[in-house]
Amino acid sequence: MSTADSEQNLIRFVLREARLLDEQRYEEWLALFTDDGHYWVPLARDQTDPVLHASLAYEDALLRQLRVERLRSPRAFSQQPPSRSHHLLQTPEVERMDVAANAYVTRTQFVYTEAQGDAQIHLAGTVFHTLAVVEGALRLRLKRVNLLNCDAALPSIQLFP
Amino acid sequence: MSRTPIDIPALRSLVEDDRVHRDVYTDPAIFDLEMSRLWSRTWLYVGHTSQVPQPGDYITTDLATQPVILVRHTDGTVRVLMNRCAHKGAKVVSSPSGSTGRFFRCPYHAWAYETDGALYAVPRHQGYEGTRMRACEAGRGLVALPNVATHRGFVFAKLSDEGPDFAAYFGESLSSIDNMADRSPEGELEIAGGVLRYTHDCNWKMFVENLNDTMHPMVVHESSAGTAKRLWADQSADLPKPMAVEQFVPFVSDYQFFDDMGVRVFENGHGWTGVNFSIHSSYSSVPEYEVAMKLAWGDERAAQILGTARHNTVYYPSLTIKGAIQGIRVVRPVAVDRTVIESWTFRLKGAPDELLARTLTYSRLINSPMSVVGHDDLHAYRAIQAGLRAQGNEWVSLHRNFDPAEIGQRDLSTNGLSEISMRNQFRAWVKFMTHQEKQP
Repeated sequence: MSTADSEQNLIRFVLREARLLDEQRYEEWLALFTDDGHYWVPLARDQTDPVLHASLAYEDALLRQLRVERLRSPRAFSQQPPSRSHHLLQTPEVERMDVAANAYVTRTQFVYTEAQGDAQIHLAGTVFHTLAVVEGALRLRLKRVNLLNCDAALPSIQLFP
Repeated sequence: MSRTPIDIPALRSLVEDDRVHRDVYTDPAIFDLEMSRLWSRTWLYVGHTSQVPQPGDYITTDLATQPVILVRHTDGTVRVLMNRCAHKGAKVVSSPSGSTGRFFRCPYHAWAYETDGALYAVPRHQGYEGTRMRACEAGRGLVALPNVATHRGFVFAKLSDEGPDFAAYFGESLSSIDNMADRSPEGELEIAGGVLRYTHDCNWKMFVENLNDTMHPMVVHESSAGTAKRLWADQSADLPKPMAVEQFVPFVSDYQFFDDMGVRVFENGHGWTGVNFSIHSSYSSVPEYEVAMKLAWGDERAAQILGTARHNTVYYPSLTIKGAIQGIRVVRPVAVDRTVIESWTFRLKGAPDELLARTLTYSRLINSPMSVVGHDDLHAYRAIQAGLRAQGNEWVSLHRNFDPAEIGQRDLSTNGLSEISMRNQFRAWVKFMTHQEKQP
């Protein structure tokens, strides 16, 4: 077993991923993904199809880059004042650890808070990280964020739960 | 709180030919009047027949803040019923959708209703013998709306008996719904892919007005669509253009583009931008789909259908549609400063899945609560809701390209940057807010 894919490293990856978002180290966060990786927030419970069913978000490298670049734009009017995020995570559980297939999945319960000015929203849910070792380091193939109230009428969610 | 008694002259005084008073967006008493007048005397979108294919299938929704059920009756027709038990008033069904079989049964005291609303059974009915129950509203069952009309599967209802009939209300504006349905090789649409629901803490009119506000995209969406354009320009030229880029980039077209698009308005507040072309005109073709369309409609008619790529059509006040990409946005007012926008998508029957994927991509990118486009739109609406509190100017300007000759015209096309669609909506607003039935 290489050092990259120990259980401890999978857990460390998940914690770091959230920390990069909350510290707004977005360039480092973007680099966590594989080239074909996706960030997905399904609209339906147990949703299997991100293409022929609507999602709250389903972002490839270009769309993730777009969300990040826009946050820096002086014309991102909805970011005046800027939003901040906070991920409160339970200890991740390792759901799959298949060294031969280079496939790893963690499951993590979270409470996500997004604050802007005097307003604050809270979202709860479960996040699944599908990881693979690429060039000796863990990379994110899919971050799937299952919101508890995915099908509710929701306010703006501007950052990355 | 209202500062003026809201009689009919007061309502008229809020809307001038070329501007409107801020109270129409901020006064809770005016919101209540909108629900009981404008939103009751006009035809509101309820749902689509494809959501209730079998007898007993139903969806629940709100019309003008009132709970209703759209249900397929045992005779195959669709009915719109008030979701209010005739007994003590409980909502009879609470799920967004379901199948009730032949009867609705109230979860409180088990009063049962047929799917046309008729009272079917009451437990221990002997207790009502000798009472007035059967002779009053309670005995009539769930209130069935008498004014329901369906056009290409789109079900509309009117809450009040006042106001125009369906055909007179929408007139030729229905051609946008026709164009959407005609884009199916089978001429039929089917709701598919779920519904995105986005809470807007603003007055409902800000959203409806924005749909044909062509002066905002290049400003409001510079940070999103402009960034997409720039990111794509950095990529190597031989990459296939992703759907997302194709959909984002036209938002930051220049003023001339939007002016040349054109706008057409009809009486009763309806209208569309994109008379000549739109931001949807230059999407990549899907060859398999085009073949199916030509086979179904013939070359000439297929070209005509696909060449009609309007931007947004507003079916005032409750529905806005994008025929060219088979998406609709439904306006559900909640309070004077709160509105839920529902975004629904359609499958074109007989078309390849790529068309459904396209409308779902658009809806996710533009209409989701996580949309970087939607965030900036909503920011503008919220900024208006807050800004209108300022003293010194109580009026909202709608002067752009105002021409006194436009007043009273029932069907008018003009340059796309004109604010005529908003003036036209407010003319309908006054009409239905101040409408008085003929005195006996």
